[in-house]
Amino acid sequence: MIDNEKLASKESLIHRINPCVRILIAVILSFWVALINDFSDFKFLLGCLFISFIFVFLASITIAEIYQRLKPLFLFLLMIWALLPITFNGDTIYQVLCFDLSKQGLEYCAMLTIKSITIILFFMAFVATMTIGVMGKALQKLHISNKFVFLVLMTYRYIFVIGEEYQRLLRAAKIRGFVSKTNIHSYKTYAHIAGMLFVRAAMRAKRVHQAMVCRGFNGRFYTIDKFVMDKLSIIFFIAVLFFMIIYQWLFIKGLIF
Amino acid sequence: MKNDKKSIIKLENISFSYPGSDKKILNDLSFKLDPNDKIGMIAPNGSGKTTLLHTIMGLCQPDSGSVELFGQMMKKEKEFAQYRPKIGLMFQDSDDQLFNPYVIDDVAFGPLNLGFSQKEALLIAKETLSNLGIEDLENSIVHKLSGGQKRLVALAAVLAMDPEALLLDEPTAGLDMEVKTRIEGILNNLDIAFLVVAHDFNFLKNITPRIISMSEGKIFMDDQIHIHQHEHIHKYGHDPHTHV
Repeated sequence: MIDNEKLASKESLIHRINPCVRILIAVILSFWVALINDFSDFKFLLGCLFISFIFVFLASITIAEIYQRLKPLFLFLLMIWALLPITFNGDTIYQVLCFDLSKQGLEYCAMLTIKSITIILFFMAFVATMTIGVMGKALQKLHISNKFVFLVLMTYRYIFVIGEEYQRLLRAAKIRGFVSKTNIHSYKTYAHIAGMLFVRAAMRAKRVHQAMVCRGFNGRFYTIDKFVMDKLSIIFFIAVLFFMIIYQWLFIKGLIF
Repeated sequence: MKNDKKSIIKLENISFSYPGSDKKILNDLSFKLDPNDKIGMIAPNGSGKTTLLHTIMGLCQPDSGSVELFGQMMKKEKEFAQYRPKIGLMFQDSDDQLFNPYVIDDVAFGPLNLGFSQKEALLIAKETLSNLGIEDLENSIVHKLSGGQKRLVALAAVLAMDPEALLLDEPTAGLDMEVKTRIEGILNNLDIAFLVVAHDFNFLKNITPRIISMSEGKIFMDDQIHIHQHEHIHKYGHDPHTHV
């Protein structure tokens, strides 16, 4: 479950920036990093990783929290490191049993690792530092499809309700002596609980719609938006873009690395 | 107030049964709510109270009979949609009603649908919250509220539409004395008509002298039922308790 949005409740420079600006910055920086495709730019990529760490620390996120949130990524990267070097076509640099380790494969793995960590850190610094509710509204302000935004907002609202319902059903099973084991009875019980959750969710969806209709809902969503585009946000946005361009220019001119 | 002479709600000979079932949830039922009528309803589970409220709002289509709101015959969804915002229905489960992540959005949802501007809707929402004494919840996240807080916010969301009548479906179910007393206070200060369905006799008695009942799909007016009180004595009598 969404871990109580701990990062969103902190206070820092990044938290004070307008959420729309933060989402924009995160998306732009991510594309910037994702589009680096050549291994000769590896040092440049490491520079980007360094920059992403600066932003994460600016958002006063601790090392422990970073590690916690990167863990699922590491699992994914482990799979890539295990498979890619032996399946990628290229110059063999080493042979393990009957597998050829390719140089290009290893380079590709290294690129993927640094890229994905960097992008996640950008999103951690700029997007994870707002609640999902705020993010939904910011997306709406950025003219993302209304339907998508409300899908996000309603999911955020009801995922806890459904979570509670699941816990209730599970408790009801447990107080009657249910212990999860590897047998058909356990599978059946879980299947019934899952089925029950679907039924309840469908019924709740109907009631929610009825309640919305009672308050004059006619298919159009209106929400209150209260974000202010202040000077700090504008300056921050321009500063980040400016720094990005300078860094890229210095690299192309060969003045760094 | 407009529509002074006309009943706000008038149901005539309504029958309703769920598809595939012979049992009549509403059985030739007639009911009227006039402006300034304050009616409490106490009835057993499964007697059709919620169905009645949903029929009034046009959420259930009755098999026979007629629904009139503000003197207008209601048949199609379009007609209901026009008059629905003037009647506020509060649902049994507040989680069904509060679908926005933030309290303020939910309270402003109705006014925004009514065509108020962002600023006006925000103002109305804030005013309604402060009228109910919960202005501190304005920026709270709905799923983190307690049951009582959710109920008060749901009430605010309904009242923010400035309805001419209120329909409350078990507003006190699962609430402690403190929140009940608060809701009593709010209802006693309202000058609009309401129909409150509840299981709690003491609560109903504190908000209205007119209490009706429902059984087997029919409504019994107050002269036909015999809800009454005795004085009695027993241990732990000062703790909240009920008698069957």
